[in-house]
Amino acid sequence: MLPAPEAVGPPGGADGTATERELLGAADVTRTVARIAHELIEKTALDARPVAGADSPRVLLMGIPTRGTTLAARLADAVAEFSGVRPGLGSLDTTLYRDDLRRRPPRALESTSVPDGGVDDALVVLVDDVLFSGRTVRAALDALRDLGRPRAVQLAVLVDRGHRELPIRADYVGKNVPTARTEDVAVLLTEHDGRDAVVLRPAVLLPGTGRPGSGS
Amino acid sequence: MKHLLSVDDLTADAATAILDDAERLEQALLGREVRKLPTLRGRTVMTVFFEDSTRTRVSFEVAGKWMSADVINVGAKGSSASKGESLRDTVRTLHAAGADCLVVRHPASGAAHRIAAWGGASGPSVVNAGDGTHEHPTQALLDALTLRQRLGSLAGRRVVVVGDVLHSRVARSNAHLLATLGAEVVLVAPPTLLPIGVEQWPVSVAHHLDGELPGADAVMMLRVQAERMRGGFFPSAREYSISYGLSARRQALLGEDVPVLHPGPMVRGMEIASAVADSAQSAVLAQVRNGVHVRMAVLYQLLAGAEGVS
Repeated sequence: MLPAPEAVGPPGGADGTATERELLGAADVTRTVARIAHELIEKTALDARPVAGADSPRVLLMGIPTRGTTLAARLADAVAEFSGVRPGLGSLDTTLYRDDLRRRPPRALESTSVPDGGVDDALVVLVDDVLFSGRTVRAALDALRDLGRPRAVQLAVLVDRGHRELPIRADYVGKNVPTARTEDVAVLLTEHDGRDAVVLRPAVLLPGTGRPGSGS
Repeated sequence: MKHLLSVDDLTADAATAILDDAERLEQALLGREVRKLPTLRGRTVMTVFFEDSTRTRVSFEVAGKWMSADVINVGAKGSSASKGESLRDTVRTLHAAGADCLVVRHPASGAAHRIAAWGGASGPSVVNAGDGTHEHPTQALLDALTLRQRLGSLAGRRVVVVGDVLHSRVARSNAHLLATLGAEVVLVAPPTLLPIGVEQWPVSVAHHLDGELPGADAVMMLRVQAERMRGGFFPSAREYSISYGLSARRQALLGEDVPVLHPGPMVRGMEIASAVADSAQSAVLAQVRNGVHVRMAVLYQLLAGAEGVS
């Protein structure tokens, strides 16, 4: 647990009007993913010697689109590099399970893919970029239940920004970032945004809802 | 999007979004223990069919149920329409009974538009599931999805549509949607089975099938709509079959991977030879499967959206 947000100066803006603060740079993102991979290996006993009478667990990383899927792929690479065992990789779109569908304009659906063998009896690690209200994770748990019955489900996030609305916590947290509701945490990844970073910006409120438009 | 009445309601981007969602939905349901999504829980979809149909009605019903909507089927037979109730009163009754969405098939062209207009802003969403000889937008979408899956992309592809264009809402919707998506459409039909004003459609017209087949990227056969014909549009079924039926000989004029579509129900031996309908080139069953996913995507777009937020 990190006790408090680190003080980070405004990036560049000598006039002091910068509206964006960088919390993690590219090297920090890489290091954080590597650390989560190490924790995951330790906690899931991926590379442990076979214990008498116990099967080694089948570990699946299921990313929540879009950036969670990208992070899951990077995490799988890191886990494979450090442990020699490559976990299964899938993605799980939660849109169809969201409880706020009637409050927002319809969203385009993202891809769902389940690795061969399905989720039955696997240790499924859900991977997302930001943990916020917990509603996306709740939707993901519902979606997972329809896919089958995992042995256990864990949650890995790059950033936990607080403001939970449901009794949900992450098993692996890259960075705890205490935030105000009027702020927005954006995880930027090279594949989508051209660079790796985590930045804090003023939130864009969704019209009529008084709620931030992104982050979950 | 409040209603889907015509393919003219759809821009290329909007149509592509529906096709993309349909593929995502298929992917999301693949290999699942529970083939049901909670997305439309608590929504009521009523299929109102004043004309017979198997695949469209079943397809909408399955689509609604897989998304957890409550689906209620209303037919003309067995409803008060058979006692002389007006369409407007029937529709008002269904809305008062709780319909969030009406899927309407009606023998009169324009019926779905009238129903949507009667409902106003607070009325149920309306999906046109075939109105007379006018439009059948979800059929055009499922055909476009089938073609996209077989051909990769629709842009610049030459699609030959064969048969009773005059009575076919499928042909009309397809011609416009395929053109919107960038395909080149060729209608092949006897002059008696072409509608007035076809020259204003975004298509070219030919009368000899054999000449069009070698350059085709896909062939879409139409049903000869005998029930709509008052009088003789062609001398005999045999002559129609000789001129416009897709026989095994004609199949040989096509490239090997050129898909053959038919909206069904097929009249085998007349419109299409059994050997062709059952061949690997036939996309008929893929069309039916895609129909469910396309209709799920349409219901999702119409019903999952925000109430009061556009």
